[in-house]
Amino acid sequence: MIDITLRINGEERALCVPASRTLLDALRNNLKLTGSKNACNQGVCGACTMLLDGMPVNACLVLAANVAGREIVTIEGLGEGGTLSPMQQAFIDAGAIQCGFCMSGMIVSATAFLAENPQPSRQEIRAALSGNLCRCSGYVRVIDAVILASERMGA
Amino acid sequence: MSDIESAIGKSPPRLEAVEKAAGKAIYTGDMELPGMLHGALLTSPYPHARILSYDASAALALAGVKAVVTAEDITGGYIGLVCKDESALARGKVRYIGEPVAAVAALDEATARLAARLIEVEYEELPSATTVEQAMAEGAPVLHEDFADYAKIYQAPEDAGNLLARAEAVMGRGVDGFDEADIIVEGSYEVGAQYHAYMEPVSALASWGPDGRVTVWSSTQSIFRTQANIHEGLGIPMGKIRCIAPRIGGGFGAKAEVSGQLIAVMLARKAGAPVRLVLSRDEDMITMRARHPGTLRVKTGAKADGTLVAREMEVWLDAGAYADDSPAVMNLVLYYARGCYSIPHVRALGHAVYTNKLRLGAFRGFGNPQASFAAESQLDEIAEKLDIDPIELRIKNAIKAGEQWLGGQRITSCALVESLEKVRDASDWARPRPAPPGRKRALGVAAMTHTSAFLSSGAIVRLQGDGTVILNVGAVDIGQGSDTALSQMCAAALGLDIEQVSLATPDTDSAPYNYGTNASRVTYTVGQAVHRAAMQVRTQLLEHGAAMLECKPDELELRPGGRIGVNAEPARNAEVSFADIAGRSLWAVGGPITGSGSFIPNDPPDPQHTKLTGFLGLDALSVLTFGAQVVEIEIDEVTGAIEVLEVWCAHDVGRAINPGAVESQIQGGFVQGQGYALCEEMLWEDGRLVNPSFMDYKFPGTLDTPDKIHAIILETPEVSHPFSVKGVGEPPLVGAAPAINNAVSAATGLRLKQIPLTPERVLRALLAKG
Repeated sequence: MIDITLRINGEERALCVPASRTLLDALRNNLKLTGSKNACNQGVCGACTMLLDGMPVNACLVLAANVAGREIVTIEGLGEGGTLSPMQQAFIDAGAIQCGFCMSGMIVSATAFLAENPQPSRQEIRAALSGNLCRCSGYVRVIDAVILASERMGA
Repeated sequence: MSDIESAIGKSPPRLEAVEKAAGKAIYTGDMELPGMLHGALLTSPYPHARILSYDASAALALAGVKAVVTAEDITGGYIGLVCKDESALARGKVRYIGEPVAAVAALDEATARLAARLIEVEYEELPSATTVEQAMAEGAPVLHEDFADYAKIYQAPEDAGNLLARAEAVMGRGVDGFDEADIIVEGSYEVGAQYHAYMEPVSALASWGPDGRVTVWSSTQSIFRTQANIHEGLGIPMGKIRCIAPRIGGGFGAKAEVSGQLIAVMLARKAGAPVRLVLSRDEDMITMRARHPGTLRVKTGAKADGTLVAREMEVWLDAGAYADDSPAVMNLVLYYARGCYSIPHVRALGHAVYTNKLRLGAFRGFGNPQASFAAESQLDEIAEKLDIDPIELRIKNAIKAGEQWLGGQRITSCALVESLEKVRDASDWARPRPAPPGRKRALGVAAMTHTSAFLSSGAIVRLQGDGTVILNVGAVDIGQGSDTALSQMCAAALGLDIEQVSLATPDTDSAPYNYGTNASRVTYTVGQAVHRAAMQVRTQLLEHGAAMLECKPDELELRPGGRIGVNAEPARNAEVSFADIAGRSLWAVGGPITGSGSFIPNDPPDPQHTKLTGFLGLDALSVLTFGAQVVEIEIDEVTGAIEVLEVWCAHDVGRAINPGAVESQIQGGFVQGQGYALCEEMLWEDGRLVNPSFMDYKFPGTLDTPDKIHAIILETPEVSHPFSVKGVGEPPLVGAAPAINNAVSAATGLRLKQIPLTPERVLRALLAKG
């Protein structure tokens, strides 16, 4: 067991984990942050996407002990003071959300991408979200949502 | 009434959108109870073997292990919706690789998984039959020796070895009708096994209370089917079983029947603590369900002018190791064998065969995608042979409202011709599509229909003290948006805003019965029950209003926002609010205001019209949603890869309660159908699934799907429904494979007869053609 400290959504959190524990498991099971989902368990579907020092990662492929001391943002940390972030609001308003299971990872990926490319084309959004699988939407409204967020944040 | 019904025809954000966007929605795997243990499965390594003995001593000796269960812990009978042949854990024999044999409850998941591998099971391996051909061969190993003794709700074949079900439908003069044809086209089509790939793997949480009742939260499409399966499979009285659906991460058919809940209940009972069982993705793929692979021989006869006169279809479906929904799925293949055309003479013959594979089951489309891929592909061959435009041919033969479907029921509403015209115009069908060198472009079309009226639903509407209402339906929203649409209908029936309607969590302790979220049925059937329940509330509101306003009930009208006013001469300004009425009912006169509604469609087949043998009931499937889809594709002649560029989908949904949700269903359904057409296929070698992961089983992502999926909503009122609605969950998937296949034909001249159309298959065909 390893004692580590993670900075999660702006808060220092101390935890004790086996060396083999993934960041996803540590957050879901040790810290009860269940917004990030485990859907494929091998880094293919993106449902567990969170930000590690601002970069999107598949938390099911990251060992918690390897990221001690680093800055992590999950879906629960995107909004400020209990409000939703512009990206979260855009996903609601564009009608992009159906079953919702992929949405935490999808919204986190889209957030990281828009920070890098504030006015993307639809094709650029598709490339950026290619690591996030959704089985409900057919993606059209997901792309609509990112465009909507881009327009609102640029305005 | 337009003001009163202001809640429908709009697309408010779905009720649970905020919690899902915030990451706060609670799915079964997110739940924890005090003292909760974690479950893990041991599954069969053999496709077919006899279980000789269990030894759980090593597993139980591991620190943290609290219970092990095997078939010896089963306290009930066999389960299955149409044929009771299955148990929570393998009993006596295993019949597929991945079948749950034993399970462990332990303090943490890693310990549970480790302990499961320490359970020793002694097997006697048996010869296996992992394909339909092997299972039907003479002397094939029989999967279910006791098949004749199983309880069934259909007429099963006798002494038929592994033949689970056989059904036949004959209408008109059957195959004799081919004598009216000028041309006949015949072909054999193969369809692959598609995995549902809901994002949330199967999960269940069971907790026994001190009162001897068990509560089960699970990822299910039906709390009532879950309850019934626990009751039948474990012998627990229904009143002792409480099933609840938290948020559900997709289902698409696979979570309609049992999926791990019984195992969680057994573990929790034995361990004396709550147990949560969450499957990993590979376990889910190996043990759950998929769409039936199969072979379809199809023959169509037409007159020289394009009039279709006869259709024959012979179907062989691989049912896997347990019956599950297979006989019903096979029946529905036959139900759609005629396509949506006025073909007078039809013979459709179907078989479902046990094999040593995971059970194949319900999946969005329920037999229709298989039938439509074959029949709609063949229709384009006829169009080519007769030199008739494929859309013209379909319009010429299109079935109309009032005509009889296979089975004899009359079609209540139909905008098939209009659907075809809409996609023809929107896609600019006749315009040639030039492509860069080395590539070919073309359009393809398919028409489709699907039923939406099936089995029973209920609704309870309760007026609360503040004049708002709680709607309780027991139907599970698995992501399609029914919670929002049903709330919109309830609001419209009472003149409320959607914010004034709250939807109860599906819970068998309080909800009226609902068969489940499948068959595109929720909006249609639950909508009927919601209307009936709301009308009872409305009557009571008006009676109170009449007493309070000193007039007759028929002089009153509902007004938007929860008010009742006088609509009589001389005009009076007097109004009472629902809150005033609720106060009167709760504290003075009449008691609480509650309405309940029940609904089951009942429109049996006509034996004079269609001779049906071996079928389950086909009652009241005649509320049909029609549609047409056109796809534009591009083929890379070097790689054989197919890209879908743009799609036009028109569906006659009756009335769109929530147009945004309808569009989402059309777009998402089409893309799932595109996966079925192009890339998704579960592959087995000697009964072992070789691609049990999202890495090796590929379904469409953002770079594989068209950016323009035009959803064209046609509102032709459905006369049998108080809100004029029909279902739209399934039809958008059904057309994708034949439309894409027809586009491939148009682009290349190939007539491919097997899906998925993988680059390898397309390239081989291109090379063979030269």
